[in-house]
Amino acid sequence: MAIRERLSGNEAVAYAIRQINPDVMPAFPITPSTEIPQYVASYMANGKVDTEFIHVESEHSAMSAAIGAAAAGARVVTATSSCGMALMWEELYVAASDRLPVVLALVNRALSGPININADHSDSMGARDSGWIQIYAESNQEAYDNFLQAYPIAEHEAVRLPVMICQDGFITSHGVENIRLLEDEKVREFVGEYSPAHYLLNADEPMSVGPYAVSAYYMETKRAQREAMKNAKRVILETAERFANLTGRKYGFFEEYRLEDADYAVVIIGSAAGTCKAAVDEIRNTTGKKVGLLKIRVFRPFPEEELAAALRDKKAVAVLDRSEMFAASGGPLGAEVRAALYSAKSRTELVNYFYGLGGRDITVEDFKEVYRKLEELDKTHVVRDMYAYIGLRE
Amino acid sequence: MRNEAINEKSPWQEITEGNQIYEAATSRRFCTGEWRTSTPVYHKEKCRQCLLCVPVCPDSSIPVREGQRQDFDYDHCKGCGICGKVCPFGAIEMKEGK
Amino acid sequence: MAEMETTYNFKEVMGRKERLAPGHRMCAGCGGTVAVRAVLRALRPKDRAVVGNATGCLEVSSFMYPYTAYEDSYIHNAFENAGATLSGVETAYRVLKKKGKVQEDYKFITFGGDGGTYDIGFQSLSGAMERGHDMVYVCYDNGAYMNTGTQRSSATPQFADTTTTPAGTASNGKVQVRKDLTAIMAEHHIPYVAQTTFTANFKDLHEKAQKAIYTPGAAFLNVMSPCPRGWGYDASELMHICKLAVETCYWPLYEVADGKWILNYKPKNKLPVEDFLRPQKRFKHLFAPGQENLIALFQAEVDKRWEALQERCC
Repeated sequence: MAIRERLSGNEAVAYAIRQINPDVMPAFPITPSTEIPQYVASYMANGKVDTEFIHVESEHSAMSAAIGAAAAGARVVTATSSCGMALMWEELYVAASDRLPVVLALVNRALSGPININADHSDSMGARDSGWIQIYAESNQEAYDNFLQAYPIAEHEAVRLPVMICQDGFITSHGVENIRLLEDEKVREFVGEYSPAHYLLNADEPMSVGPYAVSAYYMETKRAQREAMKNAKRVILETAERFANLTGRKYGFFEEYRLEDADYAVVIIGSAAGTCKAAVDEIRNTTGKKVGLLKIRVFRPFPEEELAAALRDKKAVAVLDRSEMFAASGGPLGAEVRAALYSAKSRTELVNYFYGLGGRDITVEDFKEVYRKLEELDKTHVVRDMYAYIGLRE
Repeated sequence: MRNEAINEKSPWQEITEGNQIYEAATSRRFCTGEWRTSTPVYHKEKCRQCLLCVPVCPDSSIPVREGQRQDFDYDHCKGCGICGKVCPFGAIEMKEGK
Repeated sequence: MAEMETTYNFKEVMGRKERLAPGHRMCAGCGGTVAVRAVLRALRPKDRAVVGNATGCLEVSSFMYPYTAYEDSYIHNAFENAGATLSGVETAYRVLKKKGKVQEDYKFITFGGDGGTYDIGFQSLSGAMERGHDMVYVCYDNGAYMNTGTQRSSATPQFADTTTTPAGTASNGKVQVRKDLTAIMAEHHIPYVAQTTFTANFKDLHEKAQKAIYTPGAAFLNVMSPCPRGWGYDASELMHICKLAVETCYWPLYEVADGKWILNYKPKNKLPVEDFLRPQKRFKHLFAPGQENLIALFQAEVDKRWEALQERCC
């Protein structure tokens, strides 16, 4: 049945792109996502895809061309990282407000400066208000699986929003792992043909895209966009269910790892969840202490109620952010989790950490220390700092 | 949602997805003729149908039918007067006011 | 090219269906819309097109929700990316046509002002042209950022009084000379590049637009499109201003087809450039006593470029 392989995260996403066979790929190289367009270019050079590559001269033009191609009626993919995404910034908002289902393979990397090529989430977290759906992966398998689910979500008539599929630079993008791949026919059946209701090249209906909207229309436009984001929650779950029926691999808004009976929980995004799982197992096995993990998969739309329901009765929660917000009150994930718990009238103790900025390693020992401090917090009920750093030299 | 029905009172549910418009040339419904402070008057008897006034109009307000220019589209003409200046036969006269 | 008309039939062309509808909010007397109408008239009536547009006067005035002035499909994206955006549309067309999802023939034409073309959109334009998309990029060059209120651009002529290079007791207006974008685009070695403006019967513009649209591959048109507000002349004088620009050789009409430079018009009596400058308020300070040397400098720049162009066009 399933194909067993050993692939890096970039290879896995490129493999998914080949299977989906999108119409257009505008892309510009940037470490660590460069391999994705390279693999697709080699598929093209060997007649394995019908995709047309646009060798744009910048990431701004990559997203601009993606918008043009998507508006024209094509299924579009692009890939980038870090500063490449920062250069796309303006266009991210345009893609979302034009309601174009562009899919972006994002390989998370720290933003400059100083320039750094390693993993953190400052690129995608900065884009969290752009109107894109954001789905994150812990592993190569998840990056592949999430990518296959991207188009059914983005193109759904109740959604029609762009989706970014995120994985951690080098850690997953270049790390080779065992992976199960679907057969091409199954992927094509799962993703389906793209036939938009409206597009520029529809001979029966001229269409205008991208107006100047005065204040009498702008606010209503934003409200309609939010509705699509709300609808995305339902569609993401329906798509995950369809995917589970096909593969047996189950996905939701987040993964709960030994969380149900846990007193102390860590909330985290991305590859470091794997390390955290090892710490959870070790603590539970050696001490019997009830610790658990909540790993965010879908950050936009943010699953506020579901997340609060999973965490509200914990004794203490540590939220780990892989990007700075310079707000003096914590990071973006910390702020969202705190708000969700507040809305749920939960008084769970919460502490926020920064870790892994610019590719700094985080270890099992680091996570054990986080859980130890949660236990301490539960006893003292004193949060000394709104947030702290893990692995920082002081 | 029909494009025609969208107006500044439309609730958010009636705004087209992504502000897209699925119809050609809806701007015809917007009357820019009200902007005029001077108005071209067409003297048909002087006109020799040379059509030199047609391409110079920024507002596509000199309709041509079967090779003959018609009277001005006063719903849209903004009264800039370019046409009057290019007419070799004095067939377009600019008058103050609307 | 078989697709092209062999002779310019003015009456037939003027009778074609308008592809830019009235009701747009461009200023009375705007040269930009005259350029758009003229370019779109060069499409064969049966051909379909997707029109692109950089942010600027034209965009905010011709597609103000829910009013579009276009008979064809239209896309505006942002200020600096009309080239990239239309290259995406054109690429999508090639794929969808190959897959049989689109049957009809389409042409791709995008418009940008000089701000969106010479300056902020220059990279995107250069990329799109270098990649050779089958599209036409049309710059309606009015020599400043008019949409935001006449700030200087790299297309603004030297000494022009703009809101960011105001003439004053310690300033003669813009310091630098214009960027020669038409020549820069020609150096991309694309199949067709031309510079034009409005002439009495619009033959020059029409034929160039037609060649640009129907020559396979990337094409660039630079259309001088005067702005009565920004240049400070009476709106009704559009055609006179254009004539002076051409007769003084400030704005020569030429084309570069397949690498061959062709001068399309050579005035019998080249007028002094001050004839072009005098009717425009933006050059008023050049006519104050003691400023003659500035006009001489302006003339020298025009002459230098005119000579160089004639040499290239041999």
